[in-house]
Amino acid sequence: MPKTRVGVFVCHCGNNIGGVVRVPEVVEDARHLPNVVCVEDNLYTCSEEGLSSIKEQIAEQNLSRVVVASCTPRTHEPLFKEACEEAGLNRYLFEFVNIREHCSWVHRHDPARATEKAKELVRMGVAKARYLEPQEEFESEVFPAALVVGGGVAGMTAALSLANQGIQVYVVEREEKLGGLVRELRTLFPTEQDTGELLSPLMEQVRGHPQITVYLGSEVENVEGFIGDFQVTVGSDGQNSELQVGTVIVATGAQELRPSGMYGYSTLPNVVTQLEFEESFKSGADLPPNVVMINCVGARVPERTYCGRFCCSTAIKNAIWLKEQDPDAKVSVLHRDVMAYGVDIEDSYRGAMELGVRFLRYDIQNPPQVLGAKRAEAVKVQHQLMGKEVILPADLVVLTTPLVPREDSERLSKMLKVPLGTEGFFLEAHLKLRPIEFSTDGIYVCGSARYPSSIPESVSQAYAAAAKAGIPIRDGSVRVEAITVFCDERTCSACGNCVEVCPFGAVELEEGKFGRIASVSVAQCKGCGCCVAACPSGAMQQRGFDDRQLLSMIGALAEGMVSGGGR
Amino acid sequence: MAVEGSETGGNGFEPKILMFACNWCSYAGADLAGVSRLQMPANCRVIRVMCSARVRPEFVITALSKGLDGVVVLGCHPGDCHYSEGNYFTRRRGLFLKKLLEYVGIEPERFQVRWVSASEGAKFADTVAEVTRQVKALGPNRPRRNAQ
Ligand SMILES: Cc1cc2nc3c(=O)[nH]c(=O)nc-3n(C[C@H](O)[C@H](O)[C@H](O)COP(=O)(O)OP(=O)(O)OC[C@H]3O[C@@H](n4cnc5c(N)ncnc54)[C@H](O)[C@@H]3O)c2cc1C
Ligand code: SF4
Ligand code: SF4
Ligand code: SF4
Ligand code: FES
Repeated sequence: MPKTRVGVFVCHCGNNIGGVVRVPEVVEDARHLPNVVCVEDNLYTCSEEGLSSIKEQIAEQNLSRVVVASCTPRTHEPLFKEACEEAGLNRYLFEFVNIREHCSWVHRHDPARATEKAKELVRMGVAKARYLEPQEEFESEVFPAALVVGGGVAGMTAALSLANQGIQVYVVEREEKLGGLVRELRTLFPTEQDTGELLSPLMEQVRGHPQITVYLGSEVENVEGFIGDFQVTVGSDGQNSELQVGTVIVATGAQELRPSGMYGYSTLPNVVTQLEFEESFKSGADLPPNVVMINCVGARVPERTYCGRFCCSTAIKNAIWLKEQDPDAKVSVLHRDVMAYGVDIEDSYRGAMELGVRFLRYDIQNPPQVLGAKRAEAVKVQHQLMGKEVILPADLVVLTTPLVPREDSERLSKMLKVPLGTEGFFLEAHLKLRPIEFSTDGIYVCGSARYPSSIPESVSQAYAAAAKAGIPIRDGSVRVEAITVFCDERTCSACGNCVEVCPFGAVELEEGKFGRIASVSVAQCKGCGCCVAACPSGAMQQRGFDDRQLLSMIGALAEGMVSGGGR
Repeated sequence: MAVEGSETGGNGFEPKILMFACNWCSYAGADLAGVSRLQMPANCRVIRVMCSARVRPEFVITALSKGLDGVVVLGCHPGDCHYSEGNYFTRRRGLFLKKLLEYVGIEPERFQVRWVSASEGAKFADTVAEVTRQVKALGPNRPRRNAQ
């Protein structure tokens, strides 16, 4: 058998790694590892230059394994595997070592120990790489339909976009109507457009599209399966329907924070939220002459640190609307900062000032106070520029609150096995590199389910999610990572432990050449490795994570420790 | 709280700790700690596995008998395992392993099972700091092994 030839590529990641870890020392250390025939360092291994250097070395040095020590496999592994494949090396002969997220970024003040750790991580990676084997990927069919959970602006846009590609779409909406939060709004920034103008045609198109089936008053009750073949149970009025889909889009939106107990909300009748304000004037309530809005209520505070992103825009929109209805109305907006981002909203902000809306900055240490016992009568605020207290009469106090996650998002997150972030919104795979996908293949997210998003933002995310969710369906199949398990017929004792523990029913006992043995259905195996750890005879092994590979990593880490030479 | 830079105990002992992290939750949590630049002691080395349930007891025993000072298995919170049930096996195996370690004369505290989700970068950093402190307090694993 030809000798294993390992190439190691250590990345500086500009200054991200190289600014802490002493890369030349890591390179030098790697040179002396068994089977290592070439070691390089790159400024950016993932750049065009870095990738071609991997390909060149594979050819020149006849490499049979490639190890890259850089960032995280969760974002960059496919890139490097592709480079290997392009140079004729099976993509499973590649091993990733993380010396950025797990080293340089978290040990910034200790270059010496970060360097030692990086060396050890590379030794472990090389040790595993020596035992890697080429693998063939298995193709799995994708069922040609998609599920969209939530029928707001984001969900409807995504559904239409998929359906217009000829894909069958199921939309599951909990309410009896499509439209989501926007249905409750009066007009929309930045165009001051009437809500119906945007919503009615969208709802009509969704309802009338031959490729879209809408389930109203319905909830997703259960989801099983993986990309290409999800089995979904949809419940409406105690009745369940079973759907089969290839991909799933989460578009469940968010809800407005109801700030109970703050600024007299829920005790004083004329203290309302922006959404309640819009709802009441949609149905033509009398206009109040004096209105005070308080921004950032329940946002950018220790218990909810994020900015609601567009709630300033909502306040500006509603302030302008009031001034347009009644130019004599006194409208004040008390804020901490005005987040009038982008081109149009900054224009509206200026427009509001021109119309005479007063913007006053308050200090969170000394917040405004709503005065009045039975009703709000005025708002007292410390005027920061004038350096004194002012009292603003108020017939109506409007609290600007951020969108918060839907109370039951956790249920859906558990069903789909996709994470929520600390704030409780759905958490994408990577903020910059994979913004509308989850790390779980075949599931995507758009709109306010991800974080507060305005309509234009929700719509563009919906297009992106639909494009992504359409790819596997149009391809008709996905390549399944070869991390499945196999059973060694000679050592299997047919104890059946593996059959017992497999969560996917992928193993059965069958008659084989050497008697009864465990037999794995590769199409069903998801590569968790539960059965491998449960096998008493070491007969079950996982591709890419077999015992030899993992034990060799442990061995490399512990090298020299027992004999006293450890560091 | 995550600790800035390295923690050096009075005796200068720096334990070496092996961590297994499942791909879906804990490895992502560790990545998030990195992206957030949370600083932590440099004593832990992570091996990525697809699910915490892949870690067979032999790995833990081997690591400790080769002189590593501690082994930690990190997985998704119970109920959140990407493969539904994997971490229940991890939890059961963990209890059994602690008993086994006690039986063979290794401090069971050298082995720990913890849950860290993809959004818990801070919990990952705290876990690293905490187990480092605990294992440091136990002292080196190696000399005792040499003496045996
Ligand atoms: C007061 C206020 C004013 C606003 N003004 C503007 C504006 O002027 N201009 C602008 O661009 N944006 C505005 N917005 C923002 C706008 O509301 C959002 O951009 C929009 O709602 C996002 O759409 P979505 O589809 O992501 O979510 P949503 O509108 O929240 O829709 C989600 C849908 O999913 C359904 N759902 C939730 N969970 C489930 C489940 N488990 N199963 C089934 N169905 C489920 C819900 O019933 C809902 O119909 C405003 C928001 C507020 C609060
Ligand atoms: S958008 Fe404005 S009101 Fe909303 S949280 Fe951000 S700063 Fe506060
Ligand atoms: S690796 Fe997991 S899914 Fe595959 S056969 Fe084993 S237990 Fe089942
Ligand atoms: S657990 Fe191992 S020995 Fe038992 S049946 Fe499965 S493969 Fe065979
Ligand atoms: S995938 Fe995280 S514990 Fe199973």
